[in-house]
Amino acid sequence: MSRIPPIRRALAGAAAAALVLAAAACGGGDSGATAQATPDALNPSADLTKQTLTVSNWDAYMPEDLPTTFEKAVGSKVTVTKHATNEEIMAKLTAGGDSGIDVAFVSGPFAQALAEQGLVEPIHADLIPNLANLYPEATNLAYDPGNKFSVPYTWGTTGLCYRSDLTGYEPDSWNDLLSPKPELAKKITMLQTDRWLMLPAQKSLGYSANTTDPAELAKVKEKLTAAKQSLLAFDDTTFYSRLVSGEAALVEAWDGWCNYGITDNDKIKFTVPKEGSDLWVDTMVVLKTSKNKEAAHAFINYILDPKIHSWAVQNILYKVPNKAAMESIDPALIKQYPNLATTPADLLKGETLVDLGEGATDYSRIVTEVAAS
Amino acid sequence: MKRSLERLTLLGPGLGYLTVLMVVPLALVLSYTIFQRGRFGGLVYEPTTENFLRAVDPLYLDVLVTSVEIAGVTTVLALLLGFPTAYVIARLPGKWKTIALVGLVLPFWTNFLIRTYAWIVLLSPAGMINDALTGWGLIDEPLQLLYTKPAIVAGLLYAYLPLMVLPLFAALEKQDDQLLEAAANLGARPAKAFLTVTLPLTLPAVITGCVFVFVPSIGNFVVPELLGGGQTAMVGNLIRDQFLKARDWPFGATLALILVAMLMLLLMLQAWSARRLTGDKNA
Repeated sequence: MSRIPPIRRALAGAAAAALVLAAAACGGGDSGATAQATPDALNPSADLTKQTLTVSNWDAYMPEDLPTTFEKAVGSKVTVTKHATNEEIMAKLTAGGDSGIDVAFVSGPFAQALAEQGLVEPIHADLIPNLANLYPEATNLAYDPGNKFSVPYTWGTTGLCYRSDLTGYEPDSWNDLLSPKPELAKKITMLQTDRWLMLPAQKSLGYSANTTDPAELAKVKEKLTAAKQSLLAFDDTTFYSRLVSGEAALVEAWDGWCNYGITDNDKIKFTVPKEGSDLWVDTMVVLKTSKNKEAAHAFINYILDPKIHSWAVQNILYKVPNKAAMESIDPALIKQYPNLATTPADLLKGETLVDLGEGATDYSRIVTEVAAS
Repeated sequence: MKRSLERLTLLGPGLGYLTVLMVVPLALVLSYTIFQRGRFGGLVYEPTTENFLRAVDPLYLDVLVTSVEIAGVTTVLALLLGFPTAYVIARLPGKWKTIALVGLVLPFWTNFLIRTYAWIVLLSPAGMINDALTGWGLIDEPLQLLYTKPAIVAGLLYAYLPLMVLPLFAALEKQDDQLLEAAANLGARPAKAFLTVTLPLTLPAVITGCVFVFVPSIGNFVVPELLGGGQTAMVGNLIRDQFLKARDWPFGATLALILVAMLMLLLMLQAWSARRLTGDKNA
């Protein structure tokens, strides 16, 4: 079982989103990014054995033997390249000219940014019959309603991951993390990347996770500075093993990563605080420059096959927006990792992080201020 | 003419390597500082002075002061521990000297990250030190050793102590024993001889060692991250985060430039003092 915690979440998602307004707000440079590409005419009966694909994805984020099984099933050869962060793949895709990549895996907001710049091919739904496997909720995501230019691959949220035997009670609020009971002091970690470091304070104060209002941000900073006193560490990568060792009792965690802790200790539980949280989605896009668009669509269709798509659930313990795939999961696995059973409706209650444009600078400043306090 | 050709051939490869791999990236960093941040990292090529204005903000100066403090304490401790070590090693008989020197550089054979992780095992509340102390009944509750400033200093000191010992050793070993004999003949007690002969002669090496420890300490971002638990901002972390998290290359470059300028100043000071102390003979 591949358990390389996708570092992408930490660095990449951080980046999070890029909403339409951000394109206008980002000032100078590339604000002219508007025109979405018009769809190419694709040939549904193209000879796929004559097409070859280059797919860029995070390491260990899909089955390793996928190129082999895909070629056997569909006939196209696949080369997989890897990227570590959204920024890395964005740099390749926006550098101009043909990147040579046909299909790329990027987080939702980045897919949106690519679409705004006309760099991705609109999805030809008729070439992807397996789209029918997606939950209805998964076709109505804020960064791309109707999946016009991206297809969701995995999704999830952020919450509290805790050792019920060490906390002695069931935390249900971000305040359990930010102003913990005295006996939990120094047994708490929070995520370190800007957006998720800010999230608990933002939500506990009833603000948007995308707020750029200076008065609200001042309150958030105040709350975080106070919370730091009872913190063991800011930690993006080893928080779940700290729970396992008992070094920490309650940590802020991404749902899938909390599952890695549960693997080693079944006293570990995950909950989404009552004040709400975020929703993140990783997606697949077809590049406008691709000369193998029919095969690219066939590739996405192949991923959406419940047998293939369920791999991500079974192996990296992430949720996938594929109804048929989720229903095929062994109930024993869901019993072991209850957050896999989070319903799409509940997931969609989470706020989608959007790109903050210049606001990102304010966020990183607050994070520095909290660290330096 | 032939002489200069000879020099050029000898100097060329090393100098070329340094020029390409050090001067060019530095020039790049320098040029980044005057542009604006791009949306997904990278640059927007519109000149601005904003990066420098932001860098002198009290917040970032605070971070710089904290970094100087931590690196400074590390350097002083390295000197206090390193000098006696170097002194003894320099006076060991030949075979033992080699063994001691090998022992000193042996840790470098292991990856720095792994050695730093080992400190987590030592310092954590469920770690070896706390286990031992509670086991012997010396403390009831585990001490909070990890994720503190002293933990950062301990990690940096461990990493860079050899860089202090080696230049001191070189200077102490070179020292002519006859000088001490002469001092003794003239009536100086060993302590006096040390203070008036040995110490002044090793002062350039002391300064070199201090610079060797201070410079990498102040820029280090792995140790503050792992042993400081991300709760102490040092300038290295700040720069790293601007590039990898905040996607603000120009500001990261500006902070890097300020750090480089500070260190250059320090190195110039070192060169100048070394020249003065050695009476301009071989500097």
